[in-house]
Amino acid sequence: MSIFVDANTRLICQGMTGDFGSFHTEKSLEYGTKMVGGVNPKKAGTTHLGLPVFKNCHEAREKAGANASVVFVPPAFAADAILEAIDAGIELVVAITEGIPVLDMVKVVERLAQPGTKTRLIGPNCPGVITPKAKCRIGIMPGYIHRAGRVGVVSRSGTLTYEAVWQLTSRGIGQSTCVGIGGDPVNGTNFVDVLTAFNADPETDAIVMIGEIGGNAEERAAEYIAKNVKKPMVGFIAGQTAPPGRRMGHAGAIISGGQGSAADKVTALEKAGVRMCKSPARLGEEMEKALTAAGLLASARATVLVG
Amino acid sequence: MKIHEFQAKSLLARFGVPVSEGQLATTVEAAVQAYRDLKVPVAVVKAQIHAGGRGKGGGVKLVRSEDECRAAATAILGMKLVTHQTGPQGQLVRRVWVEKGSDIQKEYYLGIALDRELRKPVVMMSSEGGVDIEEVAAHHPEKIVKASFSPAKGLLPADVQKLTRGVKMAPGLEPQATRMLQALAKAYVELDCSIAEINPLIVTKQNQLLALDAKMVFDSNALFRHKDVLELRDLDEEDAKEIEASKYDLSYIALDGNIGCMVNGAGLAMATMDVIGLYGGSPANFLDVGGGATAEKVTAAFRILLGDAQVKGVLVNIFGGIMKCDVIATGVITAARQIDLKVPLVVRLEGTNVELGRKMLAESGLPIVSGTDLDDAAKKICAAVAAGKK
Repeated sequence: MSIFVDANTRLICQGMTGDFGSFHTEKSLEYGTKMVGGVNPKKAGTTHLGLPVFKNCHEAREKAGANASVVFVPPAFAADAILEAIDAGIELVVAITEGIPVLDMVKVVERLAQPGTKTRLIGPNCPGVITPKAKCRIGIMPGYIHRAGRVGVVSRSGTLTYEAVWQLTSRGIGQSTCVGIGGDPVNGTNFVDVLTAFNADPETDAIVMIGEIGGNAEERAAEYIAKNVKKPMVGFIAGQTAPPGRRMGHAGAIISGGQGSAADKVTALEKAGVRMCKSPARLGEEMEKALTAAGLLASARATVLVG
Repeated sequence: MKIHEFQAKSLLARFGVPVSEGQLATTVEAAVQAYRDLKVPVAVVKAQIHAGGRGKGGGVKLVRSEDECRAAATAILGMKLVTHQTGPQGQLVRRVWVEKGSDIQKEYYLGIALDRELRKPVVMMSSEGGVDIEEVAAHHPEKIVKASFSPAKGLLPADVQKLTRGVKMAPGLEPQATRMLQALAKAYVELDCSIAEINPLIVTKQNQLLALDAKMVFDSNALFRHKDVLELRDLDEEDAKEIEASKYDLSYIALDGNIGCMVNGAGLAMATMDVIGLYGGSPANFLDVGGGATAEKVTAAFRILLGDAQVKGVLVNIFGGIMKCDVIATGVITAARQIDLKVPLVVRLEGTNVELGRKMLAESGLPIVSGTDLDDAAKKICAAVAAGKK
């Protein structure tokens, strides 16, 4: 088992025929992901990279049994693409697109909140989701840095996540699932959602959580962890040296109105029992220590060999 | 993207928000002429810069005669206005807004921003108008009344009532308040604002509601559908290096330190700044070259970094996942050769083809120090910069 995706995931790509979509569709196919097509109304009926192109998500679901979609559609049209996937009943939508207007996302999450909606949205502005054991790569992360294993990773950032994963892999510690929830202020899945799933997943023994300045998603996560999570956790918050009022690249990474500082988040997570690292270069080392202390290191390493 | 007060007032007036009559002036003479044209005994001369706290810094003056207006405009135009938002260097004042004075009976705060937790815009009102709302939020949060709304539905009359009654506004003013609050909410949604603020919102002695000040910040991701708003951008108010960086699609923010950083990914860029701080250094900037950095982009990034005289050392930290390390090494070597690097450069590469990338750097003949991991790289650049100071 793993979270959000498994061997039954049948993935389509919205925006597959573009450069970025093509590149990452190829990478996902190489990784072994079960891709069943793409969506582009103008090229419907043709094939691209050996996959059928459908006119919309509805058709992709009907004809190819798609149950997951990855969105590479440009920002101006991305919200509509996500809404189309939701309307078609696609269960998992992973939005990679960076730069979607915030109010468009407000509209999307209003739609997600409607009763009867089955879709889980991850992102936007995220690297995606990967479950190495199921060979399922949905997004833009470099597949080869991952190993199958028992540590879950959740993060608001992209390359910083790769950094953490690489440190784990280099120490022989594999991952169950890695989820990038994205750097935007309004997203579909938050830390608590992912932590809840990891907490319930029997194949996840420990969790790495990487947050950053802005908002209070990390504080909410800390409340949840304190009450519910017994699995060892290691964390890092990026932006400790960032000045208030300046947006640090991500639309969501800004300390405003006295809220969202790194210090507050670190304190909250430490209180909840998360082993917080001062340097992101120590995430792997700290996880090794945490697994050792919990007597889980041997099994964490063993699964890599079989995975 | 930020705009000036006079621009925000003009935009809001279009939506039906009542504002005072006024004129823009870039010279003292034009300011005096504006005062004459307004034909009022009392006017206000207000510096137009993209920062709050202008009154406290001496950028807003009440004038009762042409002479007073002349004196005020002379003092304000060309001054380096320092407020809590400008930094110690201040911001040069190039324009003043001369506006009719108002008889103030009562001041309120009114603002709309995104509530990230509710994932909706939220209207905030407070009876503590005209002061820094963040101070009110910190010390008297009970004095702020909030109502969130759905952008599709707009602000409902019931929400307006909750707000105006919450701040104990006279019931007779409710019809005016409804028009004003709904107009502001409409502007917020239709123009894709991230902040729309009227502070203070005043009640005049004639019982009229009026926006005495206006601040609007726009979601830069939505500007593609607001060409008219984009035209209001004032490059004079922005950092020259940040403008240059945006031309190359680089995300750059100038900071106060002396170690320039170049990183791929916003989270990793922030983390790199943090590690520099951890080892006693101070970052000169945030710089995210993005996922698909090319040799040209890397060169442009180097130019911008080294164009900052404060920079005494550079740390490059790239996690080459999709990007290959040898390609990045080529970019770094090309840029370092072209730019005639005079400060220490530490490069940390990790990811695809890392061995090849490191070998290329080592064999380039350039004084590039290689970092094995993020900690090691940060320690090395901090030590090199500290040694350079002695």
